[in-house]
Amino acid sequence: MKIHEYQAKQIFSRYGIPIPRGRVASSADEAKQIAEELGGKVVIKSQVLVGGRGKAGGIRLAKNPSEAEELAAQILSMEIKGLPVRKVLVDEAANIETEIYLGITNDRAARRPVMMASAAGGVEIEEVARVAPEKIIKVHIDPLLGLRDYQARDIAAGIDLPRDYWKSFIAIAHGLWKTYLDSDATLAEINPLVITSDMKLIALDGKMVIDDNALFRHPEFAEMRDLDAEAPLETEARKYGLSYIKLEGDIGCLVNGAGLAMTTMDIIKLYGGEPANFLDIGGGASAEKVTAALRIILSDNNVKAVLLNVFGGITRCDEVAHGIISALNEIQPKIPMVIRLVGTNAEEGQAILANAKMITAQTLVEAAQKAVAVSKGGVA
Amino acid sequence: MSILINRDTRLVVQGITGNEGMFHTRQMVNYGTNVVAGVTPGKGGEWVLDGKIPVFDSMKIAVEATGANTSIIFVPARFASDAIYEAADAGISLIVCITEGIPVQDMMRVRSYLDQKQCRLVGPNCPGLLSPGQSKVGIIPGDIAIAGNIGVVSRSGTLTYEVLYALKLNHLGVSTCVGIGGDPINGTDFIDVLSMFEGDPHTEKVVMIGEIGGNDEERAAEYISSKMTKPVVSFIAGQTAPPGKRMGHAGAIIEGGSGTAKDKIRALQQAGVKVARHPEEIPHLF
Repeated sequence: MKIHEYQAKQIFSRYGIPIPRGRVASSADEAKQIAEELGGKVVIKSQVLVGGRGKAGGIRLAKNPSEAEELAAQILSMEIKGLPVRKVLVDEAANIETEIYLGITNDRAARRPVMMASAAGGVEIEEVARVAPEKIIKVHIDPLLGLRDYQARDIAAGIDLPRDYWKSFIAIAHGLWKTYLDSDATLAEINPLVITSDMKLIALDGKMVIDDNALFRHPEFAEMRDLDAEAPLETEARKYGLSYIKLEGDIGCLVNGAGLAMTTMDIIKLYGGEPANFLDIGGGASAEKVTAALRIILSDNNVKAVLLNVFGGITRCDEVAHGIISALNEIQPKIPMVIRLVGTNAEEGQAILANAKMITAQTLVEAAQKAVAVSKGGVA
Repeated sequence: MSILINRDTRLVVQGITGNEGMFHTRQMVNYGTNVVAGVTPGKGGEWVLDGKIPVFDSMKIAVEATGANTSIIFVPARFASDAIYEAADAGISLIVCITEGIPVQDMMRVRSYLDQKQCRLVGPNCPGLLSPGQSKVGIIPGDIAIAGNIGVVSRSGTLTYEVLYALKLNHLGVSTCVGIGGDPINGTDFIDVLSMFEGDPHTEKVVMIGEIGGNDEERAAEYISSKMTKPVVSFIAGQTAPPGKRMGHAGAIIEGGSGTAKDKIRALQQAGVKVARHPEEIPHLF
């Protein structure tokens, strides 16, 4: 789960990382008031969870409070990559001498956190990695030991940071490590970390991604989830413990298990169709869950057919079949449904569905072919 | 024969008195697995499964009392990493963690700790292990696979069942099936299992089931081309997955352009691996 720049920077600040003075505003009026308090030039920054805010005109410099008001009004009426701007951050403008990148993320292959820094700050690290990978200094951190002073020093030296700044840089590196650790982040990034003309290091921009699996111990983040950044159906699905992702096709998929759900999408494509979604109903399959899943799939108007693919293991097919019957009774779908039940109690499940007017299939290939045929108005 | 588990497996179930723990203990015992103990803190002294299996308060006591050598974990995500440490410290040599949803930083610490011990973790977020006809340590339905000479290794759950079932329908049997789990950081990876299959005299060929995210499959491809003599057939799920979206499994996400199914398939094909277009094609590629 991503959080906003202003939220990330507030957390940084709690760990001793210097950030610009500033506050978040939801209206042009408020932005003006903040600009007056700060005095001097301010930067108005749209708070949306997408990259490329600057290029889209979502980050502007204002010379005085009335300009801040005007620009905030403009930015607050914008949509950036489909996301409405609901808040702007009003920060005092910094006199930038140098821009640095500093971040921590999980290195999956090394199975440990990696701290990365680059003298080429202000550009996306992925871009630096592509054009000049030698400019990125990487230090792996032992998760049981934490960041050591020497490692932070090595990074400072590695990006040719003048010695005068080492002490404050090392303090910032430790602050970022603690931020990452205490927040269960999968990414904590300062970009840019700037050296100002009065020789201070300040985190001008911040980005954090929090591990969804760790939210149980971070109720503070659950409240920060920005629902604008995800499709409403995905939010709805999460309420029922379903994992749903909307795609562009017209064949809805209801599957148990993530790997099998992806495979079902793939095989639909292989036989000439387009999947409308990824949906994993997970283990167990109560009537409530199946009903919610079917309702979510069918509320996508592009869907012309549904493929239900259930491999009963621990989840029993007869249980799922009961769930499907009750879902059909409640929803009364008008489009063709293809069902494949295999595994534990498959025969019992098929018997329960015998009168349900569903198209049945034995194999995965047969199921995909039938779903593709009926989605195109043909006969299965 | 088999890898990791066999008739000598002496299993302790961590979280045995919970719903899932109880259900799967019964399934494993019915399959013939030697379940010697259960652990639930606070319930030591009880007996479960019609009075056949003793429950202990801690792993240390359970191992001392029963000589358990393998553990399986069914405890909720917030307690699971502690359960892994406890098993490792009690001297268990193989830990199978079924639990889904363990925070990734917990897993990095666990992995770092286990690397200093003589102890293997399979999972988390996995269906466990099945050596047909011998032992089952996990939740894979026992009746969908028959004994044979094919080793199966997979990052997935029900997709693995699909493959086992397709093999069975074609009268192809399995030596051991290992579900390594769908999380980004796990205890055992493809290469670990491939090298065990390579060294197992009763495994003659291997099925490897991967999915999008990370580069485990690419590294496995390198291993296969340089070290393996046994034929490998593969399937990679997620060819139609959009980038930046977590497809159910915490580890199944295409990030920064890496981890795509296309790259994995290409790497495997270059390593001489036959890659199936869908699971039902696998039995026909040997």
